[in-house]
Amino acid sequence: MKLEVNRHNANILRMAEQHPEILVLSADLGTSCEVKEFRQKYPDRYITTGIAEQNMVSWAAGLAREGFRPFLHTFAVFLYRRVLDQVEMSIAYPNLPVVFCGFVPGITTPGGVTHQSTNDIGVIRTVPNFAIFDIGDATEIDSVLDIAYDYNGPVFIRQLRKNVPRLFPANQPMQFNRARILRSESAADLTIFSSSICTEEAMKAAAALAGKGVKVNHLHVSTLKPFTDPQVVEACRNAKYGVITVENGTVIGGLGTCVAEVMAEKGIAKPLVKIGLRDTYAHGASKMFLLKHYGMDAMSLVQGAEKLMGKPLGITEEDIGEIRFEDFSAV
Amino acid sequence: MSKTAYTNEEIKRAAHNVRKRVLGLCIDRGGCYLTQACSSAEILNTLYMRILNLGPSLGNPDAQRFPGVPGPENMNYPKGSLYNGFDYANPDYTRDRLFFSCCHYAVVLYCSLVECGRLGEKAIEKFNVDGWNMEMIGAEHSPGFENTAGSLGQTVSIAAGTAHAYKLKGHTGRIFCMLSDGELQEGQDWECFNMAAYYNLDNFIVVADMNGQQLEGWTKDQMNNEPLIDRLRAFGWEVQECDGHDIDAITRAVDTPHPGKPLMVLCRTHPDQGMPIISPLMPKHFITVNDAVRESYTRFYENM
Repeated sequence: MKLEVNRHNANILRMAEQHPEILVLSADLGTSCEVKEFRQKYPDRYITTGIAEQNMVSWAAGLAREGFRPFLHTFAVFLYRRVLDQVEMSIAYPNLPVVFCGFVPGITTPGGVTHQSTNDIGVIRTVPNFAIFDIGDATEIDSVLDIAYDYNGPVFIRQLRKNVPRLFPANQPMQFNRARILRSESAADLTIFSSSICTEEAMKAAAALAGKGVKVNHLHVSTLKPFTDPQVVEACRNAKYGVITVENGTVIGGLGTCVAEVMAEKGIAKPLVKIGLRDTYAHGASKMFLLKHYGMDAMSLVQGAEKLMGKPLGITEEDIGEIRFEDFSAV
Repeated sequence: MSKTAYTNEEIKRAAHNVRKRVLGLCIDRGGCYLTQACSSAEILNTLYMRILNLGPSLGNPDAQRFPGVPGPENMNYPKGSLYNGFDYANPDYTRDRLFFSCCHYAVVLYCSLVECGRLGEKAIEKFNVDGWNMEMIGAEHSPGFENTAGSLGQTVSIAAGTAHAYKLKGHTGRIFCMLSDGELQEGQDWECFNMAAYYNLDNFIVVADMNGQQLEGWTKDQMNNEPLIDRLRAFGWEVQECDGHDIDAITRAVDTPHPGKPLMVLCRTHPDQGMPIISPLMPKHFITVNDAVRESYTRFYENM
């Protein structure tokens, strides 16, 4: 698995070159959100708002109304929690094409609870007109800005930064509202849906399960809204023992809830195990520690599979390997 | 077709008519935002009839059915800005724009549009009627509204963002924002004032109706905003203060040169101006007309 570096930086520069109406707005976190080079190259298109996110969101509405395409850059948590009213009334109600590039989603920051966007998907899902993209690898970073640009309305991106693995082939870009099938069985025992950084863990768990003869479907989901992909319905139906979801945030309102709603609407009566933060805020610590501590790692997924199948599968930590180290020392 | 030049007498008459029309609605409907009409009638009518450089109205003079909320399938509904002569499909960037933040004043805006011929008189019958486009608190589709201003503090930022866009694109039109003094307690207004000065938005003019009241009482008794002139100047704004019932004073204040800076015009007003029957009730956010006062209000209305 190859680690890619600063793919957002490369892609926002590419987009800026293609689309002169793109502006970057920064609430004093641009250098932490890979738009430092953008600022150097396009100083007139880099709007500093200072540490004032509410004004930034409404100001962006004014720019968008006049034909600019504002791409807001700060941490994801500052793009929904303190600015929800501005997000709804200035941007979502008039359906303006503003792109919220939210960095360090979920537990991918050591910044602690104030910096962790752990219920952003659940909150933004309730806001009409929004699309939500939850990024899982470098190939998705390479494709999401184009999808966001083409979307007719506001977009919330949970974006990854710095060292990001390329889990998916570079020539197979992310597709709007279409899950990526990573494993598929004609008569599966289990279906796993994963998103964000949890897909890397889920791929390890799925491989270990397959190694024990468990037939696993594994779908990576990056479009959380809309959530109408028929592949999801199909994969839920094709899961003898049940469905497991694993996500980088609270299990209330996010991927697990999206899947539960689909299962209920389609009358797919099977057990569902939702893995993620269990209705809790989180400690400020490394991703490696937090994934393990809150039961969001590959081993937790294996335990979910054992629960659904009603038997131990004999998979050990050694079978799965360590969680990939990531240095988050710099904010 | 709207006229472009009005005399002081005509503007004064228009302000009077707005007060009278809103009092009439107040009596008919059992209540209305009457004090806002009393405080802002000269400001709004001076803006529309003298100050703003607007093209003729492009809006339908009749009331329209609510066109639905905006969304991917509904972006081309008739916008309220059409009544100010601005059409997103065919924009004239040399003209001015007005963003209306004090959205509780919607009735005052609708009635002012009637006075300058931008909206038919009959349309007012549909004010605050279910299923029509002239809600008590308007939104993007309501005559005269550029945006959905009901949550205070946001419109000033949206207007400033628009002014910033005009600067970036070299458009010459000015961006006006009208608000009321209670809103100045919102933190977002001050984030915006900071940024508007930082980006030297000298095409941006905020006109404030300083009627000194808010929902729970006199503004000074809820949260102090003063000394506002000093505060705004410290934020880098050009600030002018005027009698908000004096047409020439409002005009002079708005005409103040403000190179490199945004301009704030503080219009000091009275929430019972021209309406002595409500003076004993001041301050009052919403005037209710019940059986006890209906007759006296009606008598006053008939003599206006």
